[in-house]
Amino acid sequence: MSAPLVRFEGVTRRFGAEAAVDDVSLEIAEGEFFALLGPSGCGKTTLMRLLAGFEAPDAGRILLAGEDLAGVPPHRRPVHMMFQAYALFPHLSVARNVAFGLKAQGRARAEIDARVEEMLALVKLEGLGGRKPDQLSGGQKQRVALARALAPAPKLLLLDEPMAALDRKLREETQLELRTLQRQLGLTFLIVTHDQDEAMVTADRLAVMRTGRIVQVGPPAEVYERPIDRFVAGFLGEVNLFEGPDGCTGVRPERMALSRAEPKAAGRLPGKVAEAGYLGDRTVYVIEAAGRTLRAAQPSGGDAFRVGDAVWVSWPATAVMRLAE
Amino acid sequence: MRRGPSPFLVAMVAAGLVFLYAPIALLILYSFNASQLVTVWGGTSLRWYAALAHDEQMLDAVSVSLRVGLISASLATGLGLLAAVALVRGGRFRGRTAFSGMVYAPLVMPEVILGLALLLLFVSLKLPRGFWTVTAGHATVTLCYATVVIQARLAGFDRSLEEAAQDLGLSPARAFLAVTLPNIAPAVAAAWMLAFTLSLDDLVIASFTSGPGATTLPMRLYSQVRLGVNPEINAVSTLLIGVVAAGVVAAFLIQQGKTKT
Ligand SMILES: Nc1ncnc2c1ncn2[C@@H]1O[C@H](COP(=O)(O)OP(=O)(O)OP(=O)(O)O)[C@@H](O)[C@H]1O
Ligand SMILES: [Mg+2]
Repeated sequence: MSAPLVRFEGVTRRFGAEAAVDDVSLEIAEGEFFALLGPSGCGKTTLMRLLAGFEAPDAGRILLAGEDLAGVPPHRRPVHMMFQAYALFPHLSVARNVAFGLKAQGRARAEIDARVEEMLALVKLEGLGGRKPDQLSGGQKQRVALARALAPAPKLLLLDEPMAALDRKLREETQLELRTLQRQLGLTFLIVTHDQDEAMVTADRLAVMRTGRIVQVGPPAEVYERPIDRFVAGFLGEVNLFEGPDGCTGVRPERMALSRAEPKAAGRLPGKVAEAGYLGDRTVYVIEAAGRTLRAAQPSGGDAFRVGDAVWVSWPATAVMRLAE
Repeated sequence: MRRGPSPFLVAMVAAGLVFLYAPIALLILYSFNASQLVTVWGGTSLRWYAALAHDEQMLDAVSVSLRVGLISASLATGLGLLAAVALVRGGRFRGRTAFSGMVYAPLVMPEVILGLALLLLFVSLKLPRGFWTVTAGHATVTLCYATVVIQARLAGFDRSLEEAAQDLGLSPARAFLAVTLPNIAPAVAAAWMLAFTLSLDDLVIASFTSGPGATTLPMRLYSQVRLGVNPEINAVSTLLIGVVAAGVVAAFLIQQGKTKT
């Protein structure tokens, strides 16, 4: 990893008595796609606004490429933000929205026009430059907002829930497009989301936040497979929890195997199928076993179980995650 | 089954409209009356409009009123914009409550008292009363109306648009001019029209603050009426109604245009 582009050092931001961002230390490398993940109200937007300059930290400092950002106003920071609700300028056409940042930099007219064309092509909106924002669909608005933030080639692009307004299919497509775009342009992206799938699909690394604090940072696979506590485990997906004398452990549903005969796995319990939900690529079973309810996901195409069937649930020792608290 | 409005409602609305507009319609009608007598219809004619064109005093009053209106409305709108920004964006600055109270007080203060207060101020400052004192008086009184209109629009304006402009490299002041102002422009135009209209038909404040050589149109009309209504007054009033109506329609069209494009 190269030198960090962004560095939060013990950053705190309070609103009244409550800390919206609480002693956060974080590094984001140049060229990285970094996701901030957490439930609503945990301080994701606030963290981003601190970086963009719309909030000032009450404690700690924020460094961009090694330079302290304290006292630098938003319009002097080489950081652009794509706002949670897009914030397109309603009185300007799509092309002039995209040109806005370039004009603010005082670029030449011809250069601006060329760049706007290039950006509109990049987000597949050729020919829509003359429209006003209220003549666009939600997905198109989102692309304009992206093109507008990308046009001046910021060192760092902040995306605050960029896809919250899109339907599921469009969202999945856009996630992958965003990923490709970021790799092509070699930019650093910081994306905020409360959708764990979005974070896992797009990000090189992600940070899980809770009530203003960062709970865990790492690549998606690592955080998913080795969450440090119950909150992270539960936030990134489904988990079967077991309280033992030596603490709490968890097993992901897709690591659970189902069989009719007693297996030889490290962990196993006999039970009964209480519910079966078919999802196309897999089926999710709810199993009543030894007084507890377990979830097991099985890929489609194998042995199918029916509600009421007696089954054995089992899992390998490697699937057991040790969880704090 | 779809029921139309009840006859009672229709009658009430009709009565209301007649009550409001019948006198005005009558005034316009009689401005085209050929007869010298105000209450006797003597056939249509434009003679009172022709007479108006030669009435130096009346034309002078029209000119004073228009100039006072233009300048005071512009002052009131500019100051109202600043006051609205302070009230909406200033957060909870020291004295905010007092400030908003003071901005809005003229809305409920009797005009006679305001006029008297202004007169006392000008006298104690030893300012010669005339065109500029009327203009200042009108700007003071219409400022609160302009503030109310602009403030309502500004409060509903999405702050993140301004932040987006700053994020893209404009200083806060330039972001306000480039993004906020174009979006609240209809309210600013409406505020200006309102201030202009209020100034145009004000009699009380003008009577207190004006001096020799600065007789506004309402003052001229009022003094003439005391000598007896003459059809020429109907003519000038009709023109005045025309100007105000054109202004209101223009303000409406500006708003429409803004929302459509
Ligand atoms: N300007 C403000 N004044 C007071 N409190 C605020 C302000 N901005 C944010 N907060 C509080 O700070 C906390 C974090 O807010 P933030 O907007 O950062 O959450 P978020 O993680 O982005 O949530 P969401 O996913 O819903 O967008 C919340 O409790 C919120 O109420
Ligand atoms: Mg948020």
